[in-house]
Amino acid sequence: MEAVLFFIAAIGALGGAIGVVAMRNPFYSVLALLAHLFSLAVLFLLLTSAFVAAAQVVVYAGAVMVLYVFVVAYVGGAGESAWEPIPGQRFLAPVLGIAIFTELSIAVLSSALLALDTKGPDVGSGFGNPAAIGHLLLEKFLVPFEASSILLLLAAVGAIVLANRRADGEAVTPSGHSAPKARPEGVTASPSPGATR
Amino acid sequence: MNIAWYIVLSSLLFATGAVGILIRRSPMVILLCLELMLNAGNLALIAFSRMVGNQEGQVFALVVMVVAACEVVVGLGLIVAIFRRKLPLNVDDLRELRG
Repeated sequence: MEAVLFFIAAIGALGGAIGVVAMRNPFYSVLALLAHLFSLAVLFLLLTSAFVAAAQVVVYAGAVMVLYVFVVAYVGGAGESAWEPIPGQRFLAPVLGIAIFTELSIAVLSSALLALDTKGPDVGSGFGNPAAIGHLLLEKFLVPFEASSILLLLAAVGAIVLANRRADGEAVTPSGHSAPKARPEGVTASPSPGATR
Repeated sequence: MNIAWYIVLSSLLFATGAVGILIRRSPMVILLCLELMLNAGNLALIAFSRMVGNQEGQVFALVVMVVAACEVVVGLGLIVAIFRRKLPLNVDDLRELRG
């Protein structure tokens, strides 16, 4: 039963990954990544890490993917040019990918980790549940936890600064408001400047 | 299933993401392929955490997820800024810093 579940989830994860790379339309790439993330959550559950699986579904498949879909809908799926700056890039890249896969597999499987051929030790039902992870996060790893919260805050501030309309190199009046006539004309659905601030 | 299966699957997913970064031109799809590679690392972390029976590897995976979320936020902000300046959304055309 566990093997069947593993292979279904593995095929789903691998198919989703190949779909992300192969799809022409970025919207379909996002949907393929969604399938990949759900399959990965199943794999995490098989490895008895319930909290990480739940966080994967909620944070990735929920929040991050919605962000991606918003940006894809805003920017639009532009077709990619067939021009190759490096000759034979499309044939060299899979060769390099196979090389990376072979190298990683050899590096791990030929190591002296004897437990690789086992299922891991028997752990109780409390392994990886939210209570255990919460204890670890708030007691042993309190400083990394707080540092990651500061990192998230900095990323949010950075995204606001990057996507701000005043950073576009438009004419900015001394009062700090951009002139309405300098707004980009390609953006039709944007609210009026008075409504954004 | 033995832990080795998870590790091999993780390296396969990592290689897929790396190939995607090498062959795709759209910055958005390149960000998606970065997500693939980070998730492959997460799978390896959790598999090793199960292998030694220690839950601290799962905390590492959570931190990797936080870093991935930050990367997505900053990357999508960059893409929106590129789009607003009417620059081409193609990593081969955005080559001013290449020297």
